[in-house]
Amino acid sequence: MTIQPAYTTSEIMTVAAARLLKNGAVCFVGIGLPSTAANLARLTHAPDIVLIYESGPIGAKPRVLPLSIGDGNLAETADTVVSTPEIFRYWLQGGRVDVGFLGAAQIDRFANINTTVIGDYKKPATRLPGAGGAPEIASCAREVVLVLKQSARTFVKRLDFVTSVGHLDGGDARKRLGLPGNGPVAVVTDLCVMEPDASSKELTVTQLHPGISREQVAKATSWELRFAEPLQETLAPTTVELETLRDLEHRTKIAHGNLTVA
Amino acid sequence: MAEITTLREAVAALVRDGDSVAMEGFTHLIPFAAGHEVIRQRRKQLTLIRMTPDVIYDQLIGAGCAKKLIFSWGGNPGVGSLHRLRDAVENDWPAPLEIQEHGHGDLSNAYVAGAAKLPFAVLRAYAGSDLPKHNDKIRFIQCPFTGETLAAVPPINPDVAIIHAQKADRKGNVLLWGILGVQKEAVLAAKKALVIVEEIVDDLKAWPNACILPAWTLSAVCCVPGGAFPSYADGYYERDNRFYQAWDAISRERDTFQNWIKTHILDTQDFSGFRRVLAESSAAGVPR
Repeated sequence: MTIQPAYTTSEIMTVAAARLLKNGAVCFVGIGLPSTAANLARLTHAPDIVLIYESGPIGAKPRVLPLSIGDGNLAETADTVVSTPEIFRYWLQGGRVDVGFLGAAQIDRFANINTTVIGDYKKPATRLPGAGGAPEIASCAREVVLVLKQSARTFVKRLDFVTSVGHLDGGDARKRLGLPGNGPVAVVTDLCVMEPDASSKELTVTQLHPGISREQVAKATSWELRFAEPLQETLAPTTVELETLRDLEHRTKIAHGNLTVA
Repeated sequence: MAEITTLREAVAALVRDGDSVAMEGFTHLIPFAAGHEVIRQRRKQLTLIRMTPDVIYDQLIGAGCAKKLIFSWGGNPGVGSLHRLRDAVENDWPAPLEIQEHGHGDLSNAYVAGAAKLPFAVLRAYAGSDLPKHNDKIRFIQCPFTGETLAAVPPINPDVAIIHAQKADRKGNVLLWGILGVQKEAVLAAKKALVIVEEIVDDLKAWPNACILPAWTLSAVCCVPGGAFPSYADGYYERDNRFYQAWDAISRERDTFQNWIKTHILDTQDFSGFRRVLAESSAAGVPR
């Protein structure tokens, strides 16, 4: 008999990402997985975390997860709402953001990300939504945390397009280019947590989620992946983390499903 | 000075074939009624400018109104792809679409430069990114004081800016609040500006630092209650997330899209006609 874990891989990804956010941190949040994890952090160990969304809300405390980056719930619960140029100029470029929290469609071994196209730019196989605020967040936030599901199609040897930079070709490349932020400090997936190596900046698996093998992670990566020694196991989600996350997602489903034409 | 007029008259007077048009509103206050009217009046060859093209530009692109898109994030927020935008970029349908692609920090500040009538906006970004390789409007300059390399982009100065707001007074002064995006900057950067409002009141009762666009900065003001649907207007109505989800199915195939545009927009007289047909098709269970 196989015992099913009491949580899904998607849940442990969100929980592991949430744990990386310190209480009181100023966090510039992308929509989707990063927003879920950031709000889980706010509702568990980090009640004083400051969430900034690129549409203008600063200090948003949404009751349900936003479906779009500019949901009314974000503005209503924010400490203040500023214009979009101001968010990028004074707050992000002004150096007030501790953590940029982003997703991606493709990532490479130095945590550079692609959200623009799969295939050739002029004749793309798949046209993706594009940059949004990510290039500026990736440049200017003090640190960047990336959250995305892992597969050989998303963790690729070579990006089809570098939308936003991680550690470029590794080493001190960011410093040489004069980028103000320190770049990605962690990549959280549904299988593991990776961190850039201190000197080469190549992503290295530092934690495996419970029940996940090295082989599974290696198979879901197109480059030859490095593993840290010793390799840690991610702590399973606590009851509080799981209940808070499920409650938040349940409230969100009800809120978005029940909205009707005014 | 703003003329208070109907949306049909305003679009007829202000939007010409071949114009560059910025319809702004960051998820909030998206001027859908105006977008529909541009489709209804069959404007062609437009350069559409918008940070987040959203469903409004998916409709305009699929309906064949656009020749070029200037943008920074093109998805259906919370749902997925904009299928009409993708079909235009990937397959040239209904016509080839030239794209000029930016990031949000860059494009929002290009509007600021536009409003300030400066030759460029400057920002610290794009080092190492592929975007400048495919957009020759993103260039790099040296700071004359420190020598630092910075990115520069030219201003956005649309022929026409179109935004939705909450209120106007009877002179045409406009008040908006909530998530403001780049609406104010788009209006002040544009040669002509059209604002659609939820209501026209005697007194705006605005507080001193409120976001006000004085009547003399605008070309026309139109009152279309509900005109930002399916986006939202803070204080009036919420975002209709179900419509955004339904749009995925409507827009995925060319024929269902064309049929929807015909029955809901081209065959209706105005936005209230659109809402009536939409209510009927929703009640009948047709994907709306």
